[in-house]
Amino acid sequence: MANFYTDNDALNFHLNHPLMEKIVRLKEDDFKEAKKYDQAPLDYEDAIDTYDKVLEIVGDICGNIIGPNAESVDQDGPQLVNNEVIYAAGTKHNIDALTQSGLFGMSLPRKYDGLNLPMVPYVMAAELVSRADGGFANIWGLQDCAETLHEFADEEIMQEFLPRINKGETMAMDLTEPDAGSDLQAVQLKASFDEKSNRWLLNGVKRFITNGDADISLVLARSEEGTQDGRGLSLFVFDRKDGGMKVRRIENKMGIKGSPTCELVFKNAPSKLVGDRKLGLIKYVMSLMNSARLGVGAQSVGIADAAYREALKYAYEREQFGKAIIKFPAVYEMLTSMRVRLEASRSLLYETCRYVDIYKALSHISTQRPLTPEERNEMKYYQRTADGFTPLLKLFSSEYCNQITYDAIQIHGGTGFMKDFPVERLYRDARITSIYEGTSQLQVVAAIRAVINGSYLKRIREMEAVKVKPELEGIKRQLVELTARYELAVKSVTELNDGEILDFHARRLVEMAGYIIMTYLLVNDSMRDDKFEDSARVFLNIAVSKFNEAESYIQNFDIEDLALYKKESFESKTE
Amino acid sequence: MYICRSLLTKSNQYYLFMSLKIVVLAKQVPDTRNVGKDAMKADGTVNRGALPAIFNPEDLNALEMALTIKDKVPGTEIIILTMGPSRAAEIIRESIYRGADRGYLITDRKFAGSDTLATSYAISMAVKKANPDIVIAGRQAIDGDTAQVGPQVAEKLNWPQITYAEEVISVNSSTIVIKRRLERGVETVECKTPVLITVHSSAPECRARNASRMMTYKHARTATELQEEVRDYTELYNQRPYLELEEWNVETINADTNCLGLSGSPTKVKKIDNVVLQQKDSMVLTDSDKDVELLMVNLISSHVVG
Repeated sequence: MANFYTDNDALNFHLNHPLMEKIVRLKEDDFKEAKKYDQAPLDYEDAIDTYDKVLEIVGDICGNIIGPNAESVDQDGPQLVNNEVIYAAGTKHNIDALTQSGLFGMSLPRKYDGLNLPMVPYVMAAELVSRADGGFANIWGLQDCAETLHEFADEEIMQEFLPRINKGETMAMDLTEPDAGSDLQAVQLKASFDEKSNRWLLNGVKRFITNGDADISLVLARSEEGTQDGRGLSLFVFDRKDGGMKVRRIENKMGIKGSPTCELVFKNAPSKLVGDRKLGLIKYVMSLMNSARLGVGAQSVGIADAAYREALKYAYEREQFGKAIIKFPAVYEMLTSMRVRLEASRSLLYETCRYVDIYKALSHISTQRPLTPEERNEMKYYQRTADGFTPLLKLFSSEYCNQITYDAIQIHGGTGFMKDFPVERLYRDARITSIYEGTSQLQVVAAIRAVINGSYLKRIREMEAVKVKPELEGIKRQLVELTARYELAVKSVTELNDGEILDFHARRLVEMAGYIIMTYLLVNDSMRDDKFEDSARVFLNIAVSKFNEAESYIQNFDIEDLALYKKESFESKTE
Repeated sequence: MYICRSLLTKSNQYYLFMSLKIVVLAKQVPDTRNVGKDAMKADGTVNRGALPAIFNPEDLNALEMALTIKDKVPGTEIIILTMGPSRAAEIIRESIYRGADRGYLITDRKFAGSDTLATSYAISMAVKKANPDIVIAGRQAIDGDTAQVGPQVAEKLNWPQITYAEEVISVNSSTIVIKRRLERGVETVECKTPVLITVHSSAPECRARNASRMMTYKHARTATELQEEVRDYTELYNQRPYLELEEWNVETINADTNCLGLSGSPTKVKKIDNVVLQQKDSMVLTDSDKDVELLMVNLISSHVVG
């Protein structure tokens, strides 16, 4: 009986992070609900024990149902029948098992039949589901949309929709259109208020919608006639039962094939406004995207974990030249480097989740009572830090996921290129992670702000101020040196006062900050468990060489050369 | 059997509502599936301390069968009976997380040393006290592998039994139709209740635990467990009396102590032989055509295939 949670110590390690006590206390509002709900934890230890047990259930279902179903789901895929999506049999089986175990609506409050889990254990569940089947993780993970309803919709909408999530109803976020992908301000799907029936009607087309035929969908639509930008967009909730929406096609994708990516046509589809008009994109979707990015972070870590395990197993089993291939430096170097990149992205994932947990819990409390000045500052601090860390997480975890699945195939050699082993599917599934919910390039656009406004540097300095044990002093000295060089590099680019040059070097600067931050996180992990010390050392080796590469590119770059790059791209466009 | 007739005013039709009481017999066993060197003691008995205690796998199939009946017949009550030391209460909690209604731990020092005959006697007395319509058990436990307890309990109750059950085809207030998995095929049988059923591992696997039920019942303890508990449960148990798991001892089930423990157990282990598979019993083959052919020739000549 495989269990993806109990065979992975790292999750329990992150679940017991010292900051969790604060998170749980805020989330449970000093354990007041224990009087009202028999499911509520009595105290901190009880809460952690509950999360641990919930994750054990998730790990059980992932190891024994979702994982074993992944191959057939990838092969069968969803079907379009009479403009409706029919899931693969395995997908249906997965949903039934998770519903039966009450694992939909995990982060929703108890009054809407949720489990009231903080982000940390919820995202851990997402990591586990992704390790079992990265494509299915989308269908399950879209329960995030319920969080957006909970945050912004009025009570009536919440009462109507939220208790349905726990019953296994699925969700979708209908944002992109044929001409509005990365640029969501260009959304054209029209929402018009019908005075007669006293409701909003949706008309238009959505494209590339994950799980588009969901029971409940959040739809971004233009409610303000005559507007052209993001300020004319509002968010609506659409109930499939009400009709008016058809699935025109399911895309034939390279990976995550079990997750139906749909083109939708809305024709006078009735819907309800979420929150206020005009805030659809600029407030609600931004928040939705942030949690979706955490979700992709979890998905990336999960897929990468699966690929690493497959590669490790194969490297032990496969013998060439009279010994297991793991004995060769070329192979063990790859495997170790895969593992430490996985660990670094996991540390970054849960660090970001902790920040999100604290500011979201405080923000929720602020709707019940005024926050104290300290609490308000704390909320602002964690929100700002989370805003910087989220794109960093999405960028690194998804790129690492791609690298790790690539290497996993490499370790399998010719066998990995065949469809006989799961790495082939993992490699295809990984590819989307650095594209959707904002490409890596767009994560850089978000993350560069934290470089410019000094938010990363501030957090690095805070980590620098923490005293470490003597064995880690050496790593820390190198990090202090890298930080000084990072500051110089940032200065050398920003003092040119040229937006285009800044954009040109942005990824390099963001990554330099990322390497320092991730190594610090592994140093922090080593403080709690010696096991991570080796990882911190190996990751530092990788970080330093990557850092040097970025730094050297910036240092040796002749501004005049920018014209060469431009010429290159413009010319190829006219060909 | 509890039957009530309820009037549905709208359709003005009578519907028969029935509810069944099912006892599931479950055992906590050492996990013998992945054993290490210290799995057996020098005297040839199982070293329980070295192996993790788990829910006997086929008893989980049995629980699933009971839950399936409950899905079909709402209002059905599922009661877990498990016999063992204090820590076996975990089996009851696990079952409740998966959907069982309640459970009793049959525990008493006087049971120590019971063989399958004495165990069956004790369980049959407990079943009488629980008074169910149907008893469902796993075919056998992975520690003893006797497959004797289920059938012996039925004998002592003087009930009919259906062994090797795989699927419930139909069930109503007085009869049950079961598909059995036999060596050379399947057999479908009908039987009047009360009946005892033992379930084969080919039956559907048990559904996973439900998170919300786990949260509700995780603090459920037997009186013995409560004594060892660090946390003070007094107030919590006053508010939530359902958390207390009942223990049944020899007196509760009205058992005759002469039929229990060593005195009630005619089985004596005389000698245990370790069977170690030698290398000579195995063949190493590559995936070459020559080796595959060799294998096929061997299999055909020994009548394994063909």
